[in-house]
Amino acid sequence: MAGVSAAPTRATVPDPQGSGTGRWRRQAVTALFLGPALIFLCVWLVYPTIRTLIRSFFDRSGSDFVFVDNYREIFTNETLLTAIKNNAIWVGVVPALVTAIGLIFAVLTERVSWSVAFKTVVFMPMAISLFAAGVIWHIMYEKTPDKGALNASIGVVRDAFKDDGVLAAANPSTPALRGSAERGFVLATPVRPGASALLGLTAIPPKEVPGGARQAATPAAGSDAISGTVWRDFRPGGGQPGRVEPDELGVPGATVELRDTAGRTLASRTTAADGGFVFESVDAGSYRVALAAKTFAAPYEGTSWLGPKLITPAVMIAYIWVWAGFAMVVIAAGLSAISREVLEAARTDGATEWQVFRRVTVPLLAPVLSVVFITMLINVLKVFDIVLSVAPGSSQDDANVIALAMWRTSFGGVNDFGLGSAIAVFLFLLVIPVLALNVRRFRREV
Amino acid sequence: MAARIANATRKLPVHLVLIFVAVLWMVPTLGLLLTSLMPADIIGSEGWWNLVSEPSKAAFENYDKLFDNNELTTALWVTVQVAVGNTVILVIVAALAGYAFAWLEFPGRDILFVVVIALLVVPLQVALIPIFSLYNTTGLFDTALGLMLFHVAFGMPFAIFLLRNFFVGIPKDILESARIDGASEMRIFFKLVLPLGLPAIASLAIFQFLWTWNDLIVALTFGRDTQPITVAIFSQLRQFGTNIELIAPASFVSLAIPLIVFLAFQRYFVQGLLAGSVK
Repeated sequence: MAGVSAAPTRATVPDPQGSGTGRWRRQAVTALFLGPALIFLCVWLVYPTIRTLIRSFFDRSGSDFVFVDNYREIFTNETLLTAIKNNAIWVGVVPALVTAIGLIFAVLTERVSWSVAFKTVVFMPMAISLFAAGVIWHIMYEKTPDKGALNASIGVVRDAFKDDGVLAAANPSTPALRGSAERGFVLATPVRPGASALLGLTAIPPKEVPGGARQAATPAAGSDAISGTVWRDFRPGGGQPGRVEPDELGVPGATVELRDTAGRTLASRTTAADGGFVFESVDAGSYRVALAAKTFAAPYEGTSWLGPKLITPAVMIAYIWVWAGFAMVVIAAGLSAISREVLEAARTDGATEWQVFRRVTVPLLAPVLSVVFITMLINVLKVFDIVLSVAPGSSQDDANVIALAMWRTSFGGVNDFGLGSAIAVFLFLLVIPVLALNVRRFRREV
Repeated sequence: MAARIANATRKLPVHLVLIFVAVLWMVPTLGLLLTSLMPADIIGSEGWWNLVSEPSKAAFENYDKLFDNNELTTALWVTVQVAVGNTVILVIVAALAGYAFAWLEFPGRDILFVVVIALLVVPLQVALIPIFSLYNTTGLFDTALGLMLFHVAFGMPFAIFLLRNFFVGIPKDILESARIDGASEMRIFFKLVLPLGLPAIASLAIFQFLWTWNDLIVALTFGRDTQPITVAIFSQLRQFGTNIELIAPASFVSLAIPLIVFLAFQRYFVQGLLAGSVK
């Protein structure tokens, strides 16, 4: 009975504004239900927002009113400018990429019977903290190919296309040979057919002499050939530079190039075990003989993913790894709502799969795609944890983003609450357009 | 039969692409797991993939050390407290409010609901500094309770939105007849609405649990000695990253629990996700 008077519902009891006590009771019940939530929202969301706004106009100590000085600082301080620039890159790249990848995965996975398993695997990183995901990728990004999986894979691919040089470095044994290991060496004097070219090298430690090297020798060659030797022009106890002597080893596997006087490469040979090489049937004229730089090509030492240059793309890859599953699941749900008949009709009309995708699927999915895109936009504006865990301390300035800059300014040692508040307000202003969009969307549903 | 084979070969590229992607997506997590199983003497010099060819090298000594490390086990316990505690509080408080927005008449209800939705996009960075000061004066700084309350508040807008929309869908007749039978609103709420709203509540609870388990920024700001696991790992990470034999197993433990929760309740998780973004 009391329950009835205290509980008007929208339909049956058309708000009778009943007796005074009934209304009072009703309001008390409402307060009981709504009160705790409102307290949380007021104390932890509304009050701090206002407080931060006010605080942003005061200096570091909080006692002096400095008006917009803190905001001016955001756009003049170099670290903060880097953060804004990086965040702009994030906004420009990541939401679009995540949405596109999610769309591709969702469309592909629809065609296989094991789609649930695939979705689970790709979606799994969503359950992991962005921070832990950062640790995971930190390990993936290790620089030395022996430890970092990513660089190890790059190294394997690279080795399939490019051989490491037989030598790490060397110097010419006489001034007749010019150049450096990085650019390769070339004989100073031109060579004519019938002559031999001696390419003597020094500064090769015994353990770096390529395996299988034998006593150096110059192969015999006819009058229309150019032959020569690449050898380690050093023997214990001296010897004479520029001459092939007993106990001096050839350098096998070196790449020798025959060039015309303009420097164009005409032919190339790989040296034999005794360091010898022959260019046969050479037309009359003068040529240059060079030792190619790839003889000294250094082995892959690893890309510095966590260094200042690549750190932002590196963090983005980790972030996309986490969020692609979200995009995929949401888009797949939208996809399953599209009627099969529409797609089938397009196919029977002779549309190719690509046309169906481009002209039917994508337009019908547009609302879902925009939801994913906007959600990612908000997320990317607030990106924080993953930057902190992927980027080592030394690259954190280069990887900086707005949310991280806000935290570091306020709590990371600088402890400038005035500037920190201003950055927080700036971040808030950036998400307000998205907020407006969201409110409109939700209002339609209320 | 021939058609089926033709169909299968036509789909072969799709299968191959998806298998490749799936492997690609699993490798990083696998890398962490294998790194955590590498004995301390080789962890700094070898790649984790060596364990694939030589599984005998794997050892649990890192995990032994981890569970002997007081700091990290305490951190795990703090994480459990905060994640479970705040989820329970949030579910109760938000369910009450969601019910009010769905089934109680009061002036300004719809406007208030829009305001709550609008609060959904307040970045928590905006609240960090004032709450830091507030916690310092009220003694909530560096307590598990302080962390919990902050998480409850920031989970509130989404929670109210989700539950209100679910409660609205409860057939009116059920509530009507309960009222005519003389049940109080409290009774209706606990005996009818909560049980009927269980799917939505489950989604919400899983979401909030994962979100707070995985939080870093809140804990980093409002805790000093009260460290959840993320913060504990973070402080290890800061010590030049040389103690990977501690970081790797700790990270794996910290992600194993949400992963289990996710796999066990995947359905609810995805439902909550779709409610939050597609609806």
